[in-house]
Amino acid sequence: MIEYFWLALVPPLAGFLFNGLAGKRLPDRIVSGAGCAATGASFLFLLAVFAEFIRLPAEEQQIVHRLFTWIQAGTFTAECSFLLDPLSMVMLLVITGVGFLIHVYSTAYMEGETGLYRYFSYLNLFVFMMSLLVMAGNYLLLFVGWEGVGLCSYLLIGYYIERKSAGDAAKKAFVVNRVGDACFLLGVFLIFKTFGTLEFGSLFETVSRTHPQPESGFTVLAAITLLLFLGATGKSAQIPLQVWLPDAMEGPTPVSALIHAATMVTAGVYLVVRSAALYSRAPDVLLLVAVVGVLTALLAALTALVQRDIKKVLAYSTISQLGYMFMALGVGAFSTGIFHLFTHAFFKALLFLGAGSVLLRLHHELDLFRMGGLKNSLRVTCWTMWVGTAALAGIFPLSGFFSKDEILWRALDSPLGHPVFWVAGLVVAGLTAFYMCRLMFLAFYGSPAHGHEESGAEAGTAVTTPLTILAGAAAVAGFAGLPAYLGDHRLDQFLAPVFRHSYDHGVSGSHASHSMELLAGGAALAISLFGAGLAYRLYARDRSLPRRLADRFPALHGTLLRQFRIDEAYSLFVVGGLKALSRRVLWRIVDVGVVDGAVNGTASLFRRWSGVATRMQSGNTRTYAAWIVTGAALVFLYLFSVIG
Amino acid sequence: MGMVPASHYLALGAVLFVIGVAGFVVRRNVITMFMSVELMLNAVNLTFLAYARTLNQVDAHIFVFFVMTVAAAEAAVGLALILGLDRHSQTLDIDSVNKLQG
Repeated sequence: MIEYFWLALVPPLAGFLFNGLAGKRLPDRIVSGAGCAATGASFLFLLAVFAEFIRLPAEEQQIVHRLFTWIQAGTFTAECSFLLDPLSMVMLLVITGVGFLIHVYSTAYMEGETGLYRYFSYLNLFVFMMSLLVMAGNYLLLFVGWEGVGLCSYLLIGYYIERKSAGDAAKKAFVVNRVGDACFLLGVFLIFKTFGTLEFGSLFETVSRTHPQPESGFTVLAAITLLLFLGATGKSAQIPLQVWLPDAMEGPTPVSALIHAATMVTAGVYLVVRSAALYSRAPDVLLLVAVVGVLTALLAALTALVQRDIKKVLAYSTISQLGYMFMALGVGAFSTGIFHLFTHAFFKALLFLGAGSVLLRLHHELDLFRMGGLKNSLRVTCWTMWVGTAALAGIFPLSGFFSKDEILWRALDSPLGHPVFWVAGLVVAGLTAFYMCRLMFLAFYGSPAHGHEESGAEAGTAVTTPLTILAGAAAVAGFAGLPAYLGDHRLDQFLAPVFRHSYDHGVSGSHASHSMELLAGGAALAISLFGAGLAYRLYARDRSLPRRLADRFPALHGTLLRQFRIDEAYSLFVVGGLKALSRRVLWRIVDVGVVDGAVNGTASLFRRWSGVATRMQSGNTRTYAAWIVTGAALVFLYLFSVIG
Repeated sequence: MGMVPASHYLALGAVLFVIGVAGFVVRRNVITMFMSVELMLNAVNLTFLAYARTLNQVDAHIFVFFVMTVAAAEAAVGLALILGLDRHSQTLDIDSVNKLQG
């Protein structure tokens, strides 16, 4: 059965076609049921595949299935081939598992929305494309999935078609991603030009043969990895292409949970890990990855401190956590990055769904400062979100503690690491605990905000069940990767075959003493608790101090609120520059001068010459006769002159 | 009576042809132009026959028969056209028939 793993793609595709083609005329219950069933079937099937997969010996845990030859042109061949290895297995289970819970949640959250068939068909299409992305056996097929999830993201951000801001956000996400995608594509071209193949298996084998040792400097591998990384920054919202993700919160909240927190935005991390064989041979690019990751993590965490919009806090938190993952990749700890991706998927999806539950109760009030006192009416949401918050903040023994601590420890311990990364990571950990606890205290404690005093309740089991399951997963997922002083790192051992051709500086490469690691973990935990305590002091009881601080330092507050004015800078320099260039050069000169000029010039040329030709058509028969005679005479003259 | 050399026939044919061309181009009466066309056709016939005799070949005779057939058909159609023109515009002046112009 295991060789048919690629059939997991079929149910989501079928669900997409069913709802897309027939959903408009069907009742909502069937539409949402079909959507859930499609993803659920895929998840169950993959669980069965997984049960068989883990029984295989490690060297056989790489199954390639070639469905058909997709493109054949000269020396270029692109197969439609699928790859199942531990990495894609983990990704697939997360995508379909978390995806299924979010589908179920959506049935309650989206109840009564018009165009529900649109929502569920896009969601199924997303699951299909994301599975294709992680299952692809070569870079070209991966790119198909990559573009596919981008399309679904665009469609779902703009789901509320009657709202202009949603349409604008969707366009922004699409256009910003396009920059990254172009770089990705160039990287793929360069891979083919250099190595002559795009299949992962043969490519990585070739690379490990031709480049046995890492080389610093601007090698061709550095160029390839740099281009791929630029693609990853677009999809995974890293500096310099992070600006689209906060705006993407215009979409429905379950979409934010699935696409813009748990799965799609981690595609960039997946891409880098998949290309670990290339990256581990380009240490300079890895350093850049780490620096970008650290900077993004810091910047986004600082921005999250002051946001008033509950979803924006979570969006910046996602950017920040993705920065953590890239930091892990940058210090060569690829498996650690995947570990954090794995745990993050649970607790961030949980937090978004919890936020969605709050929004349902408050009729889509997004402003944290107009919430409060929800802990009594939303008991399940409250305690599950506390689990998610504690996991995200890295409180022992929840999942985030293990994965985040491992990243911090790798940043210090790995041969590619640096104490600066570690310190920056610690600061981010403190900030994370602070902004998450701030969110919790503002939303669930204190006096109820006016207008929402009437008692309400949870939205129903379709909302609370996914929350509870995700809370359970967020609590225990960390045990898949225990630190060395506590036990085995199962995930690391499971992923080991993936890094056959690369140098993974994950757990297995560590030689430092356990006490050092324990000490580092304790430091991170202490800083998280300090951040949480500070949030309690500032927001749980007396909320006047933050207000006074903001009034005291309006410039700093405004800068943080608007994400260091990066959006404004882009608007001014990139968008403004492009507009000026378009108006002055592209419109006046290129469009009017060259394009219109060519068209109008052709027309006027023909008009002028046709004036001459029409004068010959006088209508006078004798003139025609004279022309014929002249022509005949000329032909004769020519013939005589040639023949002689 | 000696043989008339072929060059005489050819010269006569050329002269007749040029007269026909000149008549067609210069004259404005449609019937005169029509006769000029006939003159050109017969000039060509004469040239064909002169060569046929010089080269001792029969092929040109066949061409002449074709030309005569075509000329007969052309006379029928042409005269009908001239009649039609006269009925339509009460004139046989070719220069007044210039509606088809660009």
